[in-house]
Order: sequence, then structure tokens, then C-alpha cells
Amino acid sequence: MALFDFLQHLLGLQKPSATTARERLQLVLAHDRSDLNPELLERMRREILEVVQKYVEIDIESGDVSLATDDRVTTLVANLPIRRARPLPNNSPETSSKSKPSGQELLALVENQEMPQPSPTQIAEVLEVEDAAIEPNSSP
Amino acid sequence: MTATSARVILICSGKGGVGKTTLTANLGIALARLGESTVVLDADFGLRNLDLLLGLENRIVYNAQDVLEATCRLEQALVKHKQEPNLSLLPAGNARMLDWLTSDDMKKIVGMVAERANFVLIDCPAGIETGFRNAAAAAKEAIVITTPEMAAVRDADRVIGLLHSQEVAPIQMVLNRVRPKMVANQEMLGVSDVTDILALPLLGLVLEDEQVITSTNRGEPLTLQGTLSPAGRAYMNVARRLRGEEVALIDPTRERQGLRARLMGKIRRTTGLF
Repeated sequence: MALFDFLQHLLGLQKPSATTARERLQLVLAHDRSDLNPELLERMRREILEVVQKYVEIDIESGDVSLATDDRVTTLVANLPIRRARPLPNNSPETSSKSKPSGQELLALVENQEMPQPSPTQIAEVLEVEDAAIEPNSSP
Repeated sequence: MTATSARVILICSGKGGVGKTTLTANLGIALARLGESTVVLDADFGLRNLDLLLGLENRIVYNAQDVLEATCRLEQALVKHKQEPNLSLLPAGNARMLDWLTSDDMKKIVGMVAERANFVLIDCPAGIETGFRNAAAAAKEAIVITTPEMAAVRDADRVIGLLHSQEVAPIQMVLNRVRPKMVANQEMLGVSDVTDILALPLLGLVLEDEQVITSTNRGEPLTLQGTLSPAGRAYMNVARRLRGEEVALIDPTRERQGLRARLMGKIRRTTGLF
């Protein structure tokens, strides 16, 4: 078995287990530190996608909102492949005057880019979350 | 002796079995050998083992609770080490006790001990519940010990979060039971992986060493030996760094080569060949 592992390793078929351990740890610690449960994260993911979808058509399937962690700072990373821009925002009844400028800016940005179809432009949104000084409620 | 400047250091890990008690025992002896008057406090009374590792299991009569209840004086409860009189052990309680010492009790007893020592090392119980919190309440600084294993690193991270919220500082890290060959083959998390993930300064690096087991069997910490084994040297270096000395860290990936190179050097010197 060890020889088999070694060969796989040698042929590049399998990642070294230390790399796997590091990746898994970073993910699990991001969740531990932020104290966000998966349900809450999923709700937030949906809402973020809804907001972004008001302005651009995104690929929901490959859209990804996840937590990452670096140097005890947890970040929320949204990686949302854009299919195409929506029609002008003033056509949409939902657009309020408050959100207009940023929406137009975003549209302008997307329209100017002449997206090639196979690799859609991606918006990566990074929000920093203050490393939640993890203080679980002192429950008995 | 400057009574007020005793350094009260919590030794904790979250996960059990990563080497807290071994570190406490070895560090206690090492500091004592370096001339520091040191008290090791076993804060885990239900599963206390520090007495065993120090070879003092037959000498314990009183404990911290007896001192707090004024059943005995502090001097009577402190068990002096046979070979290193600079080191004393104080157990928090015995296995028949039902409740942890409260955080106020811990602060009180640590305050009393701190008046007569340079270093107070608190061997923390595993877990992050009451026993840990009460022990942490009495400490000023902390050493988090972990191994390059996922569960140990994750639990260490939880503990670090709690220590930050209790404003324990500085928090330093000892990485224990590193296997250089596995690290070189990328089959074990490396030193920088763990220090990056936990974002703590590295106070010491201890390689896997079978001598740890034999020394436990005898109740003689490795740092007691005249010629130190690799792990014994590592613990001694932790003590030196704690006192502010600059001691270079060993490079685990070169440690094996180092051994061979040393052997070749010896052969070269004795034979006068090549």
C-alpha cells in the first residue's frame, strides 16, 4: 500500500497528504473562527447572489461564496462568474436612486470588457471579518 | 529575589496527549537547572500526572486546596524535587475532589506561589471547559503546545482564541513530535505550515524522540540528564528562550543529515583519513 501511495505520489496522481491537511485545516478553522454555521453561510450566500443578480446575470451553479483565513483574519470570498450584464438598470423597477451609481459603474465596467464567452469575467468580492475573538457563551 | 516579577505561564493545548505535562516537567527541571526558582502547578487534579513524570508521586501529602482551606501551610504543600531543589511541585487537588478550583481560588494560590518563585508553570487540563478557563484566569502568559496533526492544530486554535479573549499575552508555541522524514516527504505538516495557520511565534521545536517514553517510565525528565538527548536539548532551549536568550532553532529537514555528517566528522577526526 505504501509503495502504491509512493508511486501515485511520484506520478503526480495524488497530492501530498500534508498539502491536503493544510487545505482542510484552513477551511475548518475559517469556520471555527467566524462562528458562522453552514446554514447561516448558505443564507448569506443566497442573499449575496440575489443582490448581484439584480445587476448582472451570473452562473449560479459555479458561483461560490466561502470563508478563507489568513493570519487569524477570516475573509469572506465571493467568486461569481458573470454570464452577461442585465439590461440598463433604469428599466428595472427595483433599482432605487441610491444604488444607481454603483450599478451603472459596474455595468459600464462589464460592457467595456467585451467578454469572451468561454471564460466569463469573475467578480471576486473580499470582505474582511474581524477575527471574532471566539467567546462561546459561557453556558454550563 | 524579586517577588512581584514571577512569570506565571500557562501550558495548554486543548487536545489531550500532545505533550503538555511532558513539557511542563522538562521545562520545570530545565529552568531550575538554569538557576531559576520554579514552581510547577498541576491544575488537573482528576487526571493529574505531573507527579509521575517528575518521580514525585510518593511524596505528595497536601495540595492547593488544603492550603486554601488552611489545613496546611504553603511550604508543607510544595513538594521539592529530589535532584533539583530549585523546583517544587504543587498539585491542585486529589482525585477525590468533585469540583475544579474556582478561578478566584486559582488566582489566590498562584499569587501565593508567585511570591516565592521566578517562574510558575501551570499544567493545564485538556479541553476548553471550566478547568481550562479557571487555570487560564490565573496566568499572565501562555505556551500552547501542539503536534503537526490536524486535530491537535484545530484544538490549539480554539484555545488560542480563548486566550486572546482572556487577554493572556504573550502566547507562544511549542511544536512537538515532529518527524523530519515525514515532513521532508510532505506527509506531515511542516513547521511553517503550523506557525502560519496559528499565527504564533515559535518558542520551540521538539522532534519525535523515543527517550521521552523511557524517561517517563523512570520518572526522570530528559532535561535532568547530563548529556542531553535531542528532545532534552529542545526542552532546554525552550527554557533558555523563555529567559530571553537567543538560541537558534534546529532545522528538522536537516537534522537527519546532521546526524550522518556528525558521524562522518567523527570518523574523519579519529582516523585522520580524507
